[in-house]
Amino acid sequence: MRSSVGSHLTNAVAAGCLSRNYGRTFCSVVEGGESSSCPKAEDKTDQGEKFERTSKAEPYDIAIVGGGMVGMAFACALSRNPMTKHLTVAIIDNNPALGFKTSFKRSEIPDPRVSTVTPATISFFRDIGAWEYVLQQRHAYFDKMQVWDYTGLGYTRYNARDVGKECLGCVVENKVLHYSLLSSFQSGAELQWALYPARLSSMTVPSPRSVSSRIMSQLEDSPSGRFVKLDLSDGNTLHARLVVGADGSKSNVREMAALKSTQRSYSQSAIICTVEHAVENDCAWQRFLPSGPIALLPVGDRFSNVVWSMRPEEASAHKSMDGDDLAKAINRAMDDGHGPQPGSGVLGGYVERISSFTSWWGPSSSAAEPFRAPPRVTAVASERMVFPLSLMHAHDYVTRRVALVGDAAHTVHPLAGQGVNMGFGDASALAKVIAEGVSVGTDLGELTLLKRYEKERKAGNATMMAILDGFQKAFAVDAGPLNLLRAAAFHGAQYIPPLKRNIISYASGDQKWPLFS
Amino acid sequence: MALRWCLRGLALGRAIGSSSSRLQLQQSTNNALFSARSLPQALQWWRSRADAPLPPSSPLPLIHLPPPDESKHRGSAEGDPLTFSAFSSSVDEVEVAKFAAIADTWWDSDGPFKPLHSMNPTRLSFIRSALCRHFGRDPNCAKPLEGLKIVDVGCGGGILSEPLARMGAVVTGIDAVEKNIKIANLHAELDPVTSSIEYRCATAEKMAEEQQTFDAVISLEVIEHVSDPAGFCKSLGDLAVPDGAIVISTINRTIRSYAVTIVAAEYILGWLPKGTHQWSSFVTPEELVLIMQRASISVQEMAGFVYNPLTGEWSLSDDTSVNYVACGIKRNP
Repeated sequence: MRSSVGSHLTNAVAAGCLSRNYGRTFCSVVEGGESSSCPKAEDKTDQGEKFERTSKAEPYDIAIVGGGMVGMAFACALSRNPMTKHLTVAIIDNNPALGFKTSFKRSEIPDPRVSTVTPATISFFRDIGAWEYVLQQRHAYFDKMQVWDYTGLGYTRYNARDVGKECLGCVVENKVLHYSLLSSFQSGAELQWALYPARLSSMTVPSPRSVSSRIMSQLEDSPSGRFVKLDLSDGNTLHARLVVGADGSKSNVREMAALKSTQRSYSQSAIICTVEHAVENDCAWQRFLPSGPIALLPVGDRFSNVVWSMRPEEASAHKSMDGDDLAKAINRAMDDGHGPQPGSGVLGGYVERISSFTSWWGPSSSAAEPFRAPPRVTAVASERMVFPLSLMHAHDYVTRRVALVGDAAHTVHPLAGQGVNMGFGDASALAKVIAEGVSVGTDLGELTLLKRYEKERKAGNATMMAILDGFQKAFAVDAGPLNLLRAAAFHGAQYIPPLKRNIISYASGDQKWPLFS
Repeated sequence: MALRWCLRGLALGRAIGSSSSRLQLQQSTNNALFSARSLPQALQWWRSRADAPLPPSSPLPLIHLPPPDESKHRGSAEGDPLTFSAFSSSVDEVEVAKFAAIADTWWDSDGPFKPLHSMNPTRLSFIRSALCRHFGRDPNCAKPLEGLKIVDVGCGGGILSEPLARMGAVVTGIDAVEKNIKIANLHAELDPVTSSIEYRCATAEKMAEEQQTFDAVISLEVIEHVSDPAGFCKSLGDLAVPDGAIVISTINRTIRSYAVTIVAAEYILGWLPKGTHQWSSFVTPEELVLIMQRASISVQEMAGFVYNPLTGEWSLSDDTSVNYVACGIKRNP
């Protein structure tokens, strides 16, 4: 079986060196316009035949456009599943990091672009064999979280022990996540893949006309007339049975496949930077201010990551601020300024006294925990980055032969750290659906198969996005009754253990729907 | 007698009557399997009187077929689907015409073949697990049917043949309707993986006469459209190597199947063109087992397909009251 597949693929696009060793080595990157230097491919080439790039090429099973975190997670998931590990995959991304030529350089100061991975994502990473690589680099588990707002009327402290877990999440730099996925992919078993370091310039999706009318109108100029044709910026052309768009919020694939989306930009930008403390930080802090939330996430080694959403002009002002001024501004935002600290006294003491009666609700160690002030920032350690925030949701995640995952399908406000976790969930679900399709011999680009992926992910993603959007709106308004409502919500989450457990397990990805799960 | 009255009442819903008697069970004295001995006889009586005229608003075009003439060959010796006159066949010309009329829509997953498309993954998962069990293959790999020679009898547009080819099998698809074979060929040519499927316009009898044998013979949703189910099943058995697998799926003949496949699917929901199915030609599991036993096939597994209208999904179950499938092994006779 292996040799037949191998010789089939010898006639693949351009010097399309696909790994036929099925082992650790991959043949090479497909160079633009030249036969690439892969001696093994040349040995097996049909003797003397110079294959043309564009015609009669054996189509790839899957073309992943975008080799970022979600795209590579999807590729890893395919390579680990016994059903899908023999598929042929093309990865289209001109990021040089995907060339596997450089080893990872651990930086002294953590990069400001970090993500909080939920326990559900951690177990996905374990399944695809990437978590072990993350553990070798800098990462920070945290088991406590405190959320409050500027009014000082209420706060909520979450603890992983409320749901009997060890951690609420882990904060990892994006480049560490990406590198771990690349390492896992490269060491993964038998997936035959080729990397195209180029950008997608155009894509032709076959139209759903019936077979006979298509034949009669003689659209078939090549046997692959039924597949998606991808034209790349370096002149290569390839065909694929299924195109997976993992190319981010400004997805080309989404545009070219004419998938509509609803987009609304928050009139906010987020400024991110790495800061230093005098003491170790082991808790995630988030305070909602009138102009937007500020989050302080532990990154390890006494560093923390600040994600501060505010109006765009304020964000650029803060970006160009002096380091000390910025540190002071962050401390004001987290603790000193904007309003009083929530008092934990009265209600907390009352709850502690009646806790013996309410213990039937289940354990809640953090209900009695008092409010704590976050650790002070001593210095801003890294460069500052600003990016605009918007909400985007694609109306359909799939169409014939095209599927979207990750930010290409949805973008959210960073206030709950869910964005990339939703993307990893998409990658995992799509890989599972494709494995089910392969097990019964389905054509991978068939719409009914892809609709199953959409059905599994779209509703859950839309619900999460609605909740996050609701939070963003609820905290953006400073009005007396709404402030009290928010305070009541904080108190409810703090002192009602079932509600707190529900919130934690929903945010951790262990629960698909927010209520009644 | 009340039973006969009930059956006659149900016959009022039929669009096109079939004239010939279908199951030659009267001659059989081994009716021990049947719980009601009078049932098959009642059915015979009823069918012989039930040549209902075509309703005026039949959606299917009336193709006037010349009756099969035993003495003449018409058209090319091989390919003409209407002249199986040189050998006995179980092809029913009216049924052939029905399918020829809608052949263009085979691969339109919202067309008249939508139920087949939506049922397909479930059928394939049963076939995969049954064949893996039978041939001792590992069900956890992508091509579990590697190297098996499979014939898809009544392949239609190739809805079943293509996934089987993707699972690694060497597939031959045969169908009595020429147009279907053309459509199937065109569609299979579009993908390199499926272009290895061999399609032929032939019947099971013809293939059996040519002494062709296969590791697995699969005939799904066909036996309720043939005029001689027992003969058809015998031909299927002849096509299999000894200890080969035979998989047959069809629709049970129960009140529930009438309500679901004829009343609901054809008249209410409009999923299938009216007249696609004849309730009298449905085969009960007991009858199917008997027919298969007569063809030296011992039935090993049977399962039902149920449709959940809320989720729109098909699944395997023990409920064989509407759609069901049986897998058997060809024994040496």
